[in-house]
Amino acid sequence: MTDFSEILQIVGLSILVSGTSTLIGSVVGVPLGVLVALRKFRGRNFVRTVAFTFYGFPPVLAGLLVFLILSRGGPLGFLGFLFTPIGMILAQSVIVMPIVMGITISAMMMVEKRLHDTSLALGANERQWRTTALHDARVGVFTAVMVGFGRAISEVGTVLIVGGNIRGQTRVLTTAIVLEISQAHYVEATIFGIILFVIAFAVFAFLQRLQAKGVV
Amino acid sequence: MPREPLPWPSFVTVWRAAFVLSALLIAAGMAVSIDLQPRSFIVLATTTSARDSGLLDYLIPYFQSDTAIGVRYTAVGTGQALDLGRRGDADVVLVHAPSAELAFMAAGQGLCRSPVMMNQFVVVGPNQSDPAGILGLTNATIAFERIRTTHSLFISRGDNSGTNIIEKTIWSWVGYTPSTTNDTWYKESGQGMAATLDIASQLVAYTLSDDGTFLVHSANLELRIDVQHDPTLRNFYSVIPVNASVHPSIFVTGALRFAKWLTSATGQSLIGNYTAGGVRPFQPDGQDLCP
Amino acid sequence: MSAAPLSLQGIHKSFGAKQVLRGLDAEVQAGEIFSIVGPSGAGKTTALRLLDLLDSPDAGRITFHGKSYPIRSPESLAQRRRMALVMQNPTVFRATAFENVAYGLWLRGVPDAELRGRVFAGLDFVGLLEAAKDPAEKLSGGEQQRIAFARAAVLNPEILLLDEFTANLDPFNVRLLEQSILRYRHETGCTVVIVTHNLFQAKRLADRVALLLDGQFVEVAPATDFFDHPARAETRAFLSGEMAY
Repeated sequence: MTDFSEILQIVGLSILVSGTSTLIGSVVGVPLGVLVALRKFRGRNFVRTVAFTFYGFPPVLAGLLVFLILSRGGPLGFLGFLFTPIGMILAQSVIVMPIVMGITISAMMMVEKRLHDTSLALGANERQWRTTALHDARVGVFTAVMVGFGRAISEVGTVLIVGGNIRGQTRVLTTAIVLEISQAHYVEATIFGIILFVIAFAVFAFLQRLQAKGVV
Repeated sequence: MPREPLPWPSFVTVWRAAFVLSALLIAAGMAVSIDLQPRSFIVLATTTSARDSGLLDYLIPYFQSDTAIGVRYTAVGTGQALDLGRRGDADVVLVHAPSAELAFMAAGQGLCRSPVMMNQFVVVGPNQSDPAGILGLTNATIAFERIRTTHSLFISRGDNSGTNIIEKTIWSWVGYTPSTTNDTWYKESGQGMAATLDIASQLVAYTLSDDGTFLVHSANLELRIDVQHDPTLRNFYSVIPVNASVHPSIFVTGALRFAKWLTSATGQSLIGNYTAGGVRPFQPDGQDLCP
Repeated sequence: MSAAPLSLQGIHKSFGAKQVLRGLDAEVQAGEIFSIVGPSGAGKTTALRLLDLLDSPDAGRITFHGKSYPIRSPESLAQRRRMALVMQNPTVFRATAFENVAYGLWLRGVPDAELRGRVFAGLDFVGLLEAAKDPAEKLSGGEQQRIAFARAAVLNPEILLLDEFTANLDPFNVRLLEQSILRYRHETGCTVVIVTHNLFQAKRLADRVALLLDGQFVEVAPATDFFDHPARAETRAFLSGEMAY
């Protein structure tokens, strides 16, 4: 049923969708996390609690909400993003962002309070301090990004609902596995599962090497 | 006031690079996905059994080469397929739920409704034994009654799918509603047809299936068809192009071409010739009722 | 109005119900090493934080050459950048020794070429030039504190504030750091305020000593007078070791 070129296409789309959504989720989530962790503002604790709650937000539910929004009948229907890769990317970004933000907040909150005094004492203003704190917490923040990617590449509900699992267009590894299982093709499903695992492993191994080398 | 320099500038550079890369990827994604007119493909919403029979993957390449229109189909439950049509997310719908279809048409959501083909539901049971003695029957109600009285193992879909609803209808004709709590011989899989067939095969049990899916998988199953050609178990498929009034983005021309192609001589003969598991599950029953 | 580089007038500070400082008065002269001693919890660190404009007093004024700076104003940032504070227990950033020492210069936008020169000079000053590329966290406690000192010294601050900064260090590093301060003050003429609970250290380094007791400066005197002929009974009690600290 699926030939090699089709498998390649599925793998490529998986990496593209999950990679891009991790990127977007991090670009938004990390600065937000830094601000929430470091800046005092009214309702800060509330925002923090909400961010942590969204960790456990079920991806299927996010998929449903994005579906309703991107549907032709919905507010952003005119974009025509339903059943397309960009729709899947946007939907996964919605899931990844709170995860990256939440773990970033935790990492930033672990930065020693005395570092703040040191930093100010050496002449930093608040903005410079935020960059300093972020730099000091970078291992934790990097972990946040990795966890975000792990969630994106392994989730199935969102991409299934928003993408539609269309052959050649919006089928990724996880939705392909679901399809094979529903047709009792357990061998094919397992093969896709192994490929997914290998990809995740390769990505994390690479990122860990970057960490060890002190790039991050 | 000039901006204060930041310590560890490399960190900020990484963020900026990530931001630019994100923007590029989003732009590329949008460029690929944004609705280009004229569209070169239709979005078809259909059911899992239509997909699982393998018929669509067989037909679509023929359609595409005949018309140069692509078909992107998503297989969901009957209810959701019609809902996608109602929302305008699908250009054309192919389902087999006559009462729901009529409601769809009555609400003005379908442009036209053409019958396409029919297959049937069959009662399948173990290859090597027949504890309920139903082999060769052509009446599913009698078969179900015998399964009940002999307490023979029966696997239900248990998922409110079209097949599950038919199964419940037959039980209502028998006058008895089995439940997993009261009847140890009655099990629910909660899964799709192929998985349910697999379970029936493993547990040496009976189940109800559409013949298309069964035939596609029969080689891997220790099951055989016990009850077929029951007139009440015929399963009628219709194709419904969505009404343009539902949403301006509907690709009406493409949807109509698809509907007409399915009911054309070419489409109908392909449907009739489609073979799965050595048998032809679909009987062409098409009629072009579209303008 | 005093034109001394650093002047405290009637400083009061409480945290909640606890009143820590109850009226500090002192004047630090240009180029002197002014040591604050006293029991733990007397408010020495609080005083130093107020001096570095990290916090503001509930009452009283701190003036620098006669000017005072409200804590959130841009002028206070500028004044903070003319001072430097080294804290007890090294707080180094997760970066190389070089990057740590360069931190303050980065913040001020010092151009690269000049920055490199000053950082290497600073590392050399504390004897850690070979460790420039090493991650600061991998250094020993004493080495980290030397980095912290270099980090403050390269900024050429007008006022150097040191908060028990040789506490918990081995004798070798203590001696090295004390010599660095003396050398630094000799070479640059900067004003140094050093908080310490080590009386011997105060004796070795200070020009003048102030005893902080119950939130007030009980006695402020030149070092020799303070140790050899203390004027106040409390000072004598403190020096004799009767007071546990």
